[in-house]
Amino acid sequence: MSINSHPRVDFAVIASLIEPGSRVLDVGSGDGELLELLQTSKGVDGRGVELSQKGVSESVARGLSVIQGDADSDLKYYPDGGFDYVILSQTLQATRNPKYVLTELLRIGEKAIVSFPNFGHWRMRASLAINGRMPVTKELPYSWYDTPNIHFCTINDFVDMTKEVGAHVESAVALNALGQRLAFNMPWGFWNLFGQQAVFLLRR
Amino acid sequence: MTKATRPTAYKASKSQEATNPHSPVVEFGADKPLNLDSGVSLSPFRIAYQSYGTLNEDKSNAILICHALTGDQHVANVHPVTGKSGWWELLVGPGKPIDTDRYFVLCSNVLGGCLGSTGPASINPETGKPYALDLPIITIADMVRAQAMLVEHFGIEQLFAVVGGSMGGMQVLEWASSHSDKVFAAVALATGARHSSQNIAFHEVGRQAVMADPEWKEGRYLEAGTVPRKGLSVARMAAHITYLSETALHNKFGRNLQDRQNVTFGFDADFQIESYLRHQGNTFVERFDANSYLYMTRAMDYFDLAAEHEGRLADAFAGTKTRFCIVSFTSDWLFPTSESRTVAHALNAAGASVSFVEIESDRGHDSFLLDEPEMFSAVNGFLRSAARAKGLLPS
Repeated sequence: MSINSHPRVDFAVIASLIEPGSRVLDVGSGDGELLELLQTSKGVDGRGVELSQKGVSESVARGLSVIQGDADSDLKYYPDGGFDYVILSQTLQATRNPKYVLTELLRIGEKAIVSFPNFGHWRMRASLAINGRMPVTKELPYSWYDTPNIHFCTINDFVDMTKEVGAHVESAVALNALGQRLAFNMPWGFWNLFGQQAVFLLRR
Repeated sequence: MTKATRPTAYKASKSQEATNPHSPVVEFGADKPLNLDSGVSLSPFRIAYQSYGTLNEDKSNAILICHALTGDQHVANVHPVTGKSGWWELLVGPGKPIDTDRYFVLCSNVLGGCLGSTGPASINPETGKPYALDLPIITIADMVRAQAMLVEHFGIEQLFAVVGGSMGGMQVLEWASSHSDKVFAAVALATGARHSSQNIAFHEVGRQAVMADPEWKEGRYLEAGTVPRKGLSVARMAAHITYLSETALHNKFGRNLQDRQNVTFGFDADFQIESYLRHQGNTFVERFDANSYLYMTRAMDYFDLAAEHEGRLADAFAGTKTRFCIVSFTSDWLFPTSESRTVAHALNAAGASVSFVEIESDRGHDSFLLDEPEMFSAVNGFLRSAARAKGLLPS
């Protein structure tokens, strides 16, 4: 679902994690921008699942293999290990059952790439601590009552969940507000404070 | 290569088109029998078709269009009986999504039809009389087998695409399932992998209406010189409602009266919708054969792709390399989106490349025949992408 309309700084990171020519499923593929990028720059065999009718129509008109569907209910139809990579970019926080979805990603894909906004970022913390209100930022512009983002988490929370589902973190990248990578040798706590979003490469 | 002849003399009679059509015909003789699902071998038989555009040298640019229940091969030319323009000229033609400047487009009248292919109105060579109900039951798979023989007749090893809506969409799915290697890309619109109980129910109403007409004469009306006009007309009226939506009917007709200020306290067509349906019924009788209607509806009823694979639809597409484009419409209650979604999920399970989009439209099942720009851009985008993958367009 195309939830966040700002330029997608996570796309370049995601693309850098993917081997050329691999089979890729993008869950929540939006208007197909990432899939198209991966097809042209990495020659992947790409497929997408997208909730919004508009996103699917645009994607199909672009010649992409995208189906209308829901991460919460439609992943079960995909066979085990059908893809080299399953991508969930900026969509985890909008799923009803993030843990189930993550488990499904790791069943369908040899590897899963998950990017999400970090609710532990200092701006979020400051907004809540100082204003006493749910944060509304440029990147996450929704008010609490109309947001599709129903399951926010922090980087630390996500790391905990990967352990719970038995996933191995192959690599992880945190990006600051400008989309720059934070130093990789910093502890999770540093990333959790200064990373505006994170991209995780997981395997079963 | 055979060039399609464009009908020039319009208002041909439907019986003339059934036996001696304007369309070119390929005859399959005793050496090429068609083994039907019913176990009967049909021979000889013939297929009438129309074609548009030019087949390229390596015969890689052919698109087969499969027509719907009451459709025919006259996709993009004037209809020889009605004089109306082709039924899919919005989608098929020069510069259209199915671009006849680029592709060789072929559409044949289905087996069991009444526009020149072997059907119940054709002459049974054994008796010298029309087949009527002596024609074996035809299935969707039988229609596809006959089309495959026509495609082979043209020397085409693999179709670039097979495209169709409704019953045509059923044929597309059957093609992709049973002749997977001969289909590079498949476009199935407003269709499903089986006919639902409700759909069978509506068809049964239609068939019973035809057979209840005394003029039907147990199917031998052609010899008797009668036409089961009332029966076929009622069948069409009932079916036509299923092609529309309540919203579309309401917007178009509401409770408006037909050429009168008040109701007449009688059973005349007081309401516009009544008048409209009667007109639909009457014009249908002018162009369609009643027995063909029985055979076509039966073919759709029998269609159940999963059942042929022990109930697992995904197995119908196991190992497929075909690319699929599945399109449904929000207001289609004859083939609701859930039917298309079932197909999309089965294709996912089979690991197939599939695009599936539900298009917002209040025009019901018939949307696939109408001006739906979102459908056109989906089909256009899908075919262009497939054409690049097949090397028909520069990548």
